[in-house]
Amino acid sequence: MRLTLNIWRQRDAASAGSMQKYELDGVSEDMSFLEMLDVLNEQLNEQGEEPVAFDSDCREGICGTCGLMINGQAHGPEVTTTCQLHMRSFKDGDDITIEPWRSDVFPVLRDLIVDRGAFDRIIQAGGYISANTGSAPDAHAAPVEKKKADRAFDVATCIACGACVAACPNGSASLFMGAKITHLGELPQGQPERYERVVNMVGQHDAEGFGGCTNIGECTAACPKEIPLDVISQLNKDLRTALKQGR
Amino acid sequence: MASAQGTSPLNQPSQQVSDDARGYYTPGDPLVDPVAPAGPIGQRWTQRIFDNRLVNPANRRKLDIIIVGTGLAGGAAAATLGEAGYNVKSFCYQDSPRRAHSIAAQGGINAAKNYKEDGDSTFRLFYDTVKGGDYRSRESNVYRLAEVSANIIDQCVAQGVPFAREYGGLLDNRSFGGVQVSRTFYARGQTGQQLLLGAYQAMERQVAAGTVQQYTRHEMLEVIVADGKARGIIARDLVTGEIETHLADVVVLANGGYGNVFFLSTNAMGSNVTAAWRAHRKGAYMANPCYTQIHPTCIPVSGAHQSKLTLMSESLRNDGRIWVPKRAEDCDKDPRDIPEEDRDYYLERIYPSFGNLVPRDIASRQAKNMCDEGRGVGPAVTEVGEDGREVQVRRGVYLDFADAIARMGRKAVETKYGNLFDMYARITGEDPYATPMRIYPAVHYVMGGLWVDYHLQSTIPGLFVTGEANFSDHGANRLGASALMQGLADGYFVLPNTIREYLADGPFEKIDEAHPAVVEARTDVEQRIQKFLSINGTRSADSFHKQLGNIMWEYCGMERSEEGLRKAIDLIRELKQEFWTNLRVLGTNESINQSLERAGRVADFIELGELMCIDALNRRESCGGHFRAESQTEDGEALRHDDEFAYVAAWEWGGEDGLPVLHKEDLIYTAIEMKQRSYK
Repeated sequence: MRLTLNIWRQRDAASAGSMQKYELDGVSEDMSFLEMLDVLNEQLNEQGEEPVAFDSDCREGICGTCGLMINGQAHGPEVTTTCQLHMRSFKDGDDITIEPWRSDVFPVLRDLIVDRGAFDRIIQAGGYISANTGSAPDAHAAPVEKKKADRAFDVATCIACGACVAACPNGSASLFMGAKITHLGELPQGQPERYERVVNMVGQHDAEGFGGCTNIGECTAACPKEIPLDVISQLNKDLRTALKQGR
Repeated sequence: MASAQGTSPLNQPSQQVSDDARGYYTPGDPLVDPVAPAGPIGQRWTQRIFDNRLVNPANRRKLDIIIVGTGLAGGAAAATLGEAGYNVKSFCYQDSPRRAHSIAAQGGINAAKNYKEDGDSTFRLFYDTVKGGDYRSRESNVYRLAEVSANIIDQCVAQGVPFAREYGGLLDNRSFGGVQVSRTFYARGQTGQQLLLGAYQAMERQVAAGTVQQYTRHEMLEVIVADGKARGIIARDLVTGEIETHLADVVVLANGGYGNVFFLSTNAMGSNVTAAWRAHRKGAYMANPCYTQIHPTCIPVSGAHQSKLTLMSESLRNDGRIWVPKRAEDCDKDPRDIPEEDRDYYLERIYPSFGNLVPRDIASRQAKNMCDEGRGVGPAVTEVGEDGREVQVRRGVYLDFADAIARMGRKAVETKYGNLFDMYARITGEDPYATPMRIYPAVHYVMGGLWVDYHLQSTIPGLFVTGEANFSDHGANRLGASALMQGLADGYFVLPNTIREYLADGPFEKIDEAHPAVVEARTDVEQRIQKFLSINGTRSADSFHKQLGNIMWEYCGMERSEEGLRKAIDLIRELKQEFWTNLRVLGTNESINQSLERAGRVADFIELGELMCIDALNRRESCGGHFRAESQTEDGEALRHDDEFAYVAAWEWGGEDGLPVLHKEDLIYTAIEMKQRSYK
């Protein structure tokens, strides 16, 4: 198939960017979206034009590195990561607009690449259980109710791709944060730091400049791992409890 | 069993008679692990933990440790050494440590917990791992791995890793990779992700505590070896292009495997050999580089645009039947229209007792044979044929669940394999419930890597190597659910207890950026980058990478022969020549430049590829993932030659124009008798 691509080009964080138009022919429906961009880049290199910079690594939907706004939707039209989106979701003659994640907190570094360092800093603020190596009791010392263990796993599948932020009209990272708070909060090992954790993570989230949540739900609709919206309710509940306790 | 105590040798050093790689290498002195432990095998590690000197807590904060890579091995080491109070600098090329490729591991992690009371033990896990590695691993290291495996599970649970549990709230186990006990812990099909996030979170906690400094989007391009010791690295900031010098008392490489030398593999796009290869060129020996594991059940290549391959759990072979059409002319028919009598269930035909459950290497090699005969299925892909011309070949075989669905019902198949079927449907656009899946083998792990001693120290003092990047634990073949075990064993428990013996002599005399070794390393890096940017040829780094991958896959893939390997070496040498004269890298160093990043990685892959072929050529035996056409039984099964090759081939860099030097480390077993692997 033949496509018209409108792609955001930006030299570096300090430069202004603009949309550029490219025509690409011979796209097969079996290509992944990123393989389609590989073909474009090979063509650009041949023409002496610098290839389009974009992030990707595992290309099997688990590392969370890739992420593009495709026709205004985070990761495009399917519920999956950009690397698992295939060209059979498009048709011959389509116009496709490709932009980097939309968020002030994720500055563009070049073309379609953004800086998501804020996510690491939110985890540093409390997204962990303090358990020094070697200090652990036997794994069977604390049984975990299966329902809770399964829920912890379901929300622990977050890949920190940033689609939730890019999709949110408020630019909030509440889904990302709620997933980690719920994962650790469902487990007995996570209880001692539970309320300190939520206060510190929310504090960092706000300090980074992410917006507040107004329960619109765009985040969960865009999430390739289908993290449910109620992790944000869990976050809010833990935060209320923490504040009542005067933390 | 006296031998189980592990005190006396059960085999003799091997004597190599064949010399296929003559002319391609220089024989070197034998290699001996200088810190190999002695005594009964079950007491070696405990004794060593005691014998290794301690570093007092006040001194730890005066010691700087550089760790390259943030996967299970690197992330776990950064967290643990940070907790201990050392100054850790952690480097990764990804935008966050959490994205390292350990995250993609699906199946599980082995541990000798014996929670199922099914006869498992440290010794049994040790035995299975050595046997699975086809008796080409070092037994002391493997025993230690089995020994610490149980602690890993405890540690991960304490961190909040959400392993699968039973209704009683205790951890669930499954059996994996053809062993007879259930010792695999798992978190659905995303065990690697959950374990990595555990290590990542532990590491981020140390970042907050100030003991670990994290450098993301940084690529190590050179190791600094000053006065005979590894003292730092040269890294490029992938955002600004700045070339940075980082100095330390010790350097740890945890940079993963080099399966991407084949271009197409299940590795991440960025997985590369550069950190290890630069260290190799500075004096670290590369051990058994040809040992590659090829996984039989991956989604096939769909065209020349293919950028990577996706693995599907091998459990599919439990219920699926593998076949190709009997006649080549049927290959483009709808498989459902091909009647039973025109199908060749080749594994069931050739191996009537094991059928579709033959070992990974056999299943892989037979799939290749069927496609080479012209009986492959699915879209044809372009390959370069024997005569150098392009040919169209179908690279796929059917994995058919029609019988399973008829026998078990669609619902049962859905419950058991639903997520894999969904993944397949997403990638191929085909419905595997209605039409047979197509599969083909793909490279997914390398057992070879930098040579290390029992302390995980390479042949460069002060340079330690952990995880997939080293060679020591899996021999010629890795068992399922053992990669995660090894990465975390090295990072959490082994390295922290061995590195202190080295650091007890520190802090070492400070060196600064004016030290000749630093200046030399920096200059090398800068000149290389300038070279890439100034060749101004016509071809992209990717195009060279693809060509290298084709050569490696054809001649150093599932089946290797003397003739093919010689040809491959010639082809790689020609490719290297063209690479350095016809590469095109646009843009500059002073910004994000992904073409430049790739050029550096491909340059190193080309040199590694040549060494892999030389190693494969020298090893005229079939063992584990290494199958030499010249060494098989009458039935076409792998034939090991313990009399000639029960050794680790450790290769020393021979210089830009010199030949690599082969050092042999004899594998002497004291606790396990070597046996020919059998699955008849």
